[in-house]
Amino acid sequence: MTVPRIHRETWVNWTLLGLLLVAPVIANALGEVYYVNLATRIAIVAMAAVGLNLAIGYGGMISFGHAAFFGLGGYVAGISAFHAFDMTPVLSWPVTMTGTDNLLVIWPAAMLACAVLALAIGSISLRTSGVYFIMITLAFAQMIYYFAVSWPTYGGEDGLPIYLRNQFPGLDSNDPLSFFLICFVALVLALAITARLMQSRFGAALSMARINETRLATAGIAPYPIRLVAFVISAVITGLAGALFADLNGFVGPSMLSWHRSGEIMVIVILGGVGRLYGPLSGAILFVLMETLLGGLTEYWLLFLGLVLLFVVLFARGGVMGLLAGRARHE
Amino acid sequence: MSDAVLTLSHLHKSFGALQATQDISLDLRAGEIHALIGPNGAGKSTLIGQITGHLTPDRGKVQLAGENITALSVAQRARRGLGRSFQVSSLADSLSVLRNVMIAVQGLQGHSFRFWKPVHRDASLVEPARAAIARMQLESRAETPVSELSHGERRQVEVACALALKPRALLLDEPMAGLGPEGSARLTELLEELKHEVPILLIEHDMDAVFRLADRISVLVAGQMIAHGVSDEIRANPLVREAYLGD
Amino acid sequence: MTLPLLFEQLLNGLQLGTMLFLMASGLTLVFGVMGLINLAHGSFYMVGAFVTAWTAGTTGSFWVGLGAGILAAAAVGAVVELLVIRRLYHRQHLDQVLATFALILIFSEGTRWLFGSSPLWLNVPEALSGAVALPGGSRYPVFRLVIIAVGVLVAVALFLLISRTRLGMRIRAGESDREMIGALGIDIAKLYTLVFALGAALAGLAGSMIGALQSVQVGMGEPVLILAFVVIVIGGIGSIKGALIGSILVGLVDTLGRVFLPSLFKLFMAPADASGVGAALASMLIYVLMAIILAFKPKGLFAAND
Repeated sequence: MTVPRIHRETWVNWTLLGLLLVAPVIANALGEVYYVNLATRIAIVAMAAVGLNLAIGYGGMISFGHAAFFGLGGYVAGISAFHAFDMTPVLSWPVTMTGTDNLLVIWPAAMLACAVLALAIGSISLRTSGVYFIMITLAFAQMIYYFAVSWPTYGGEDGLPIYLRNQFPGLDSNDPLSFFLICFVALVLALAITARLMQSRFGAALSMARINETRLATAGIAPYPIRLVAFVISAVITGLAGALFADLNGFVGPSMLSWHRSGEIMVIVILGGVGRLYGPLSGAILFVLMETLLGGLTEYWLLFLGLVLLFVVLFARGGVMGLLAGRARHE
Repeated sequence: MSDAVLTLSHLHKSFGALQATQDISLDLRAGEIHALIGPNGAGKSTLIGQITGHLTPDRGKVQLAGENITALSVAQRARRGLGRSFQVSSLADSLSVLRNVMIAVQGLQGHSFRFWKPVHRDASLVEPARAAIARMQLESRAETPVSELSHGERRQVEVACALALKPRALLLDEPMAGLGPEGSARLTELLEELKHEVPILLIEHDMDAVFRLADRISVLVAGQMIAHGVSDEIRANPLVREAYLGD
Repeated sequence: MTLPLLFEQLLNGLQLGTMLFLMASGLTLVFGVMGLINLAHGSFYMVGAFVTAWTAGTTGSFWVGLGAGILAAAAVGAVVELLVIRRLYHRQHLDQVLATFALILIFSEGTRWLFGSSPLWLNVPEALSGAVALPGGSRYPVFRLVIIAVGVLVAVALFLLISRTRLGMRIRAGESDREMIGALGIDIAKLYTLVFALGAALAGLAGSMIGALQSVQVGMGEPVLILAFVVIVIGGIGSIKGALIGSILVGLVDTLGRVFLPSLFKLFMAPADASGVGAALASMLIYVLMAIILAFKPKGLFAAND
């Protein structure tokens, strides 16, 4: 055994996380709320990508439908806030459920809703593989999108404003820095859980399902349930990010469910470096900065995103983490 | 036959008009190596598929230790004690030898929905895996990624993975393929010891190895079993000589 | 529910179906022959529509526009194949998805840059602007019937192309065995460019014709692309026959669902609620259909070999 040495990738990871924490604290001290919110956006988008990375990077399940979970999480936050504001029940049958603006209630509800949806979508989609899986996840997400567009109760096409940001007990979630810290902690937890998960027996089985499905089955472990559970966990993480996103923007609408959103989360995973723990964070930093800087210069910034993405896919396959930290280590 | 561990009875499988296997019956008894030989295209892969669960026979039955496993999936058969190695290496190249074998141990224990404890600190996984690796004399390579192993070493890892399942029956699909004389001799030695622990159904092209190792031999030609018997009987069988040895 | 309405909606469903077939056949051909998933297929539809609308607006002739639209889509397809797509054939599906997603961004923003954000309009050509009487008394636009006819013609032509011609033989060889086709001395690179451009041309044709029924705008190809995905998942990826049957199925189910589901719900719900619930459920209908079919046939109705 060699002396434990801190790898370059670990340094890069901690630096990125440190920057994300320090930058908004300084911005807040300087009174630059805009940059605090920008950092919050990065943290949330990164977390959505952490969820998708579990499916794509670790599980080899190329889901093109994660916007469904991102949006559903957002709608749970929005609908709950809507009813809390309106003082009307969310459900009156079979049980009466009132709306709430307590984030500690909203988050588990959003996660539960995403878990149920992921179980339904996953159990059908995972019967297939390859291109079928990509297209089917895309199609199911589109189904949810059209449902949201045509269901009038919660704003339909126009979406649903959240007039008052949902509350976290003991903290002022309206304060930009406090809300950033809430999102930052959620991101760190998502990263920690993913890391721990991938070292566990479940993670070992999931990796083998990606690398060599037959080997896993030959070892007596059925790949389907392993994948399904991973898909659900992945959806839950992305869904929680969606709930935070709705609160950040004070708005939830069908755009959170659109297939562009699925593509965007996937792009972040790939830009960062697929299958690497902090890939989603570096991808999110790059994406949001590009969106802000290029988007400020030209209204056609997506054209440049397209070119960058095309370049990364064709020529720089390791993504940002590949550039910063070298090739992926052996697991 | 009370001591049969694995029994195939009257297996039929066809693809469209092609009868890939016709009425195949075979048994594997405790303590033996039973070799299955046949020229290319004889239907060996189709038969293996039906034993391991990748294919479902049209008719017939596969039994393991008296239990009918014909309708079970690959993973279910493995859990009931059917170990196998592959003709083309199917190891996870990017992972270490230890990690490859550990997944088999994990399969044996059946606790894959544990999300918290890191596997590398889990002695109940690491110890049996190391034992299986030691059984194949690969201790020094345990931490090496499979991608850096020689061909012969990969073959040994394949067998170690199968062994880690503590199988009741072992199906080895051309384990000697691509091995040099030295590697082949070494594996032969290992298998000879192994058969006392677990009976082996050996699919092999290397005739020297087959005649040296096998207690009994079955010959598959054009989807049909044309002969069963001990080595000498098979060697002398005119049908076999004609169809297979090319006389 | 009146018989003429039913008849009219059946035709609308058929028209949507044939238009979907023009999209889906190209997608499924490209997947079957080259093993490529192409998200940018909707961009060729958009290119066809824009070039047709612009050319028709400039020259005053729909037909010149139509020809230009198809040619432009085919040419753009060929160029994209040469520059980008051929680097992706041996890549993983993930890379294909991302690269073609990048192409969508480039095409959409590029089109917005060239033509601006406001939609273009394209008129139905004079000769086809009339309507014919349907049995039962209602009238149906000739142009929509022409779209159905074009779809049927393309379907027949594709079947003949694939089963009767040398090119079709090569396509079939390429589907079954990519090595063999090289061994046959067929210039595989040229074949792939040709097949890709053919698919793009069909998408362009669809876009050109639909441009006369809807506004021509950036992003118009995307909903159609996703419907086409549903079609080929239902039909079985790689199968032209599956694409045809899937298209008709999706076209009919979607159209009839949107019309009849709200009225169905009105039988036992308040009218206002019924139209909301009915519309929401109707929008999900084809996906439910897809889920049901996949539950029984995970590889679609007419699955190709892999």
